[in-house]
Amino acid sequence: MTGPGTAPATEPPYVRTGSAATDASTSMTSLATADLAPADRPTGAAPPSTVNRGRPWMQIPYWIVLLFWAAVFMYPFLWLLSASFKTRANVFDNKVIPDPFTTANYGEVWHVAPLLRWLANSGYIGLFAATTVTFSSALVAFGFAYFRFPGRNVLFGTVLGSMMLPGLVTMIPVFLIWKNVGLNDTQVPLWAGNLFGSAFYIFLLRQFFLALPRELFEAARVDGCSYLGLFWRIAVPLSKPALIIVFIFEFQASWDDLLKPLIYLGNKTELYTVPLGLNSLYVKFNPIAGGEGDFQYIVTAALLATLPMILIFLFGQRYFVEGIATQARKG
Amino acid sequence: MASSPATARSQKGSARRPPPGRSGRSSKGSKYDARETRAAYAFLSPWIIGLLIFILGPMIWSLVLSFTNYNLVDKPKNVGFRNYERMFDDPRVHTALMNTFIYAVMFVPLAIGFALFLAMLLNRLTSGAGFFRTTYYLPVMTPAVAVAVLFSLLLNGNYGLINKALALLGIQGPQWLTDPAWIKPSIVLMSLWGIGGAVVIFLAALKNVPTVLYEAAAIDGASGWQRFRRITVPMISPAIFFQVIVLTIASMQMFDKVYVLFGNPGQKTYAGNASLFYALYLFQQAFQSLKFGYASALAWLLFAIIMVITLIQVKVGNRFVYYEGEERK
Repeated sequence: MTGPGTAPATEPPYVRTGSAATDASTSMTSLATADLAPADRPTGAAPPSTVNRGRPWMQIPYWIVLLFWAAVFMYPFLWLLSASFKTRANVFDNKVIPDPFTTANYGEVWHVAPLLRWLANSGYIGLFAATTVTFSSALVAFGFAYFRFPGRNVLFGTVLGSMMLPGLVTMIPVFLIWKNVGLNDTQVPLWAGNLFGSAFYIFLLRQFFLALPRELFEAARVDGCSYLGLFWRIAVPLSKPALIIVFIFEFQASWDDLLKPLIYLGNKTELYTVPLGLNSLYVKFNPIAGGEGDFQYIVTAALLATLPMILIFLFGQRYFVEGIATQARKG
Repeated sequence: MASSPATARSQKGSARRPPPGRSGRSSKGSKYDARETRAAYAFLSPWIIGLLIFILGPMIWSLVLSFTNYNLVDKPKNVGFRNYERMFDDPRVHTALMNTFIYAVMFVPLAIGFALFLAMLLNRLTSGAGFFRTTYYLPVMTPAVAVAVLFSLLLNGNYGLINKALALLGIQGPQWLTDPAWIKPSIVLMSLWGIGGAVVIFLAALKNVPTVLYEAAAIDGASGWQRFRRITVPMISPAIFFQVIVLTIASMQMFDKVYVLFGNPGQKTYAGNASLFYALYLFQQAFQSLKFGYASALAWLLFAIIMVITLIQVKVGNRFVYYEGEERK
């Protein structure tokens, strides 16, 4: 194979398996405390403005700027929420409080399009995609983290290298593969590839497994535990936070994806996922595309498509922050 | 440590089990346990199978396809380098590449600067950072299609919220999504709304900068700008560098939003060629025109371009990026 898989010559810095990688593994476990409670940071990692501590009014300018940007980030949500309670004629009136106020859109949108079906499709495909990728990536990551075997570095280099391969390069042949086995026009290609692990998650979980004390595994080996037992009874239970990170990351990625549903689901409306369905609604109702201008349905559907993700984030926030912040340590 | 390989090896030999090779360095001379090797490959088998079926195989296939004409119905016909030659004469390839470049050049620096700005402000708060982090990150959770739909309404030239707000300031807003000159800025705006991920990453990096450095600098009388330039930026440069690379690669493959707004088959757009992004053109060539050979060639061109850009970034970055612990080697 060419450059991307092996990629040793052009090793980007975050691929350096030396100090940087092990650094990531150790910092990840401490991250939960370090990052979630900004008030009690570990010693030596306080913000530069220690002088300002104890003088809260010094922070008021920061608060003002940050609140301004918080409002900018939040306003589109507010606009969307309020528009979904407006009548067809008033969607664009830009008022915060809908006048007249109507809940009719939430009753009608289900009949305008099989939205419930799309939400269910996205939900179960997301569950399949996230479950399979979490399990398979953990298995592979454990293989890399625990065992010593010939070819380990080359193979792990391939894992890292494959992260750099644009999906567009493999998109067409992968489509042809699914077509040849007769599974295009089904939802299977949207998640089945996840049975084989995913490079980024393998990397992430390997870091986590490496941080587990090896003595634990040695002791279990002495007690006659099998390799699979080491993985299932020790590594997995101890790595629940990391596994949850992978699960919700992939669920979000699956929920967000437009390209794969577009390629594989064609015009079978009943198989659509939320993004593809929302896109079809947008085309259908948008006057630019010859639609009737029923924007009240578009905004309601867009809100309903977003709501599950917002709930997941609010409930799983600490995992998101932890998982994203890990990337800061990759350097 | 490399000075006495013999002792190192004998130490390894004497240990009942060699220490876990966390550094990833291969230890020559140490024998591998056959049973362990078998088990390891069993654990790795999903990845190895996936690599062959979904990465290596398709890469070879894609390369082969790029030298053929294939429309899904007839057998692939070998055309040699014609697809690649055609690519260089295809004006739409030029347009698509230019659009994508312009977008990336606008978006990446803005995103990095804006995210760094927000993260540094957040890092100065003694409380409340969590609240802001949540609000900045929520847009990231919004599906790309919903972002495109929502912003197409907000950016509507005649009655969209953004132009109404600009009108309050006495500014006549542009026709964001129909005026070809404003297409890219509109997409940049949409993407900037989802900058929260970079903010979280930078904030985490900033928190890892040791306070002693700032204290020492303060004693030496360094100004705020000097502290930023000489301490903050070098200390978090790996995170910045990583974000630059990741965001550039993502920008070069921008697809979802432009597809929803401009790429649907039969979708009327007044934007002309200004909305033709590379990934969109590739997708259209493959799945709407069924030119799988040509689209494969387009994919390899994109891959080559991304590799070159990344290489340049790595080369330039290595001069500026500071890695803690580098001296320890």
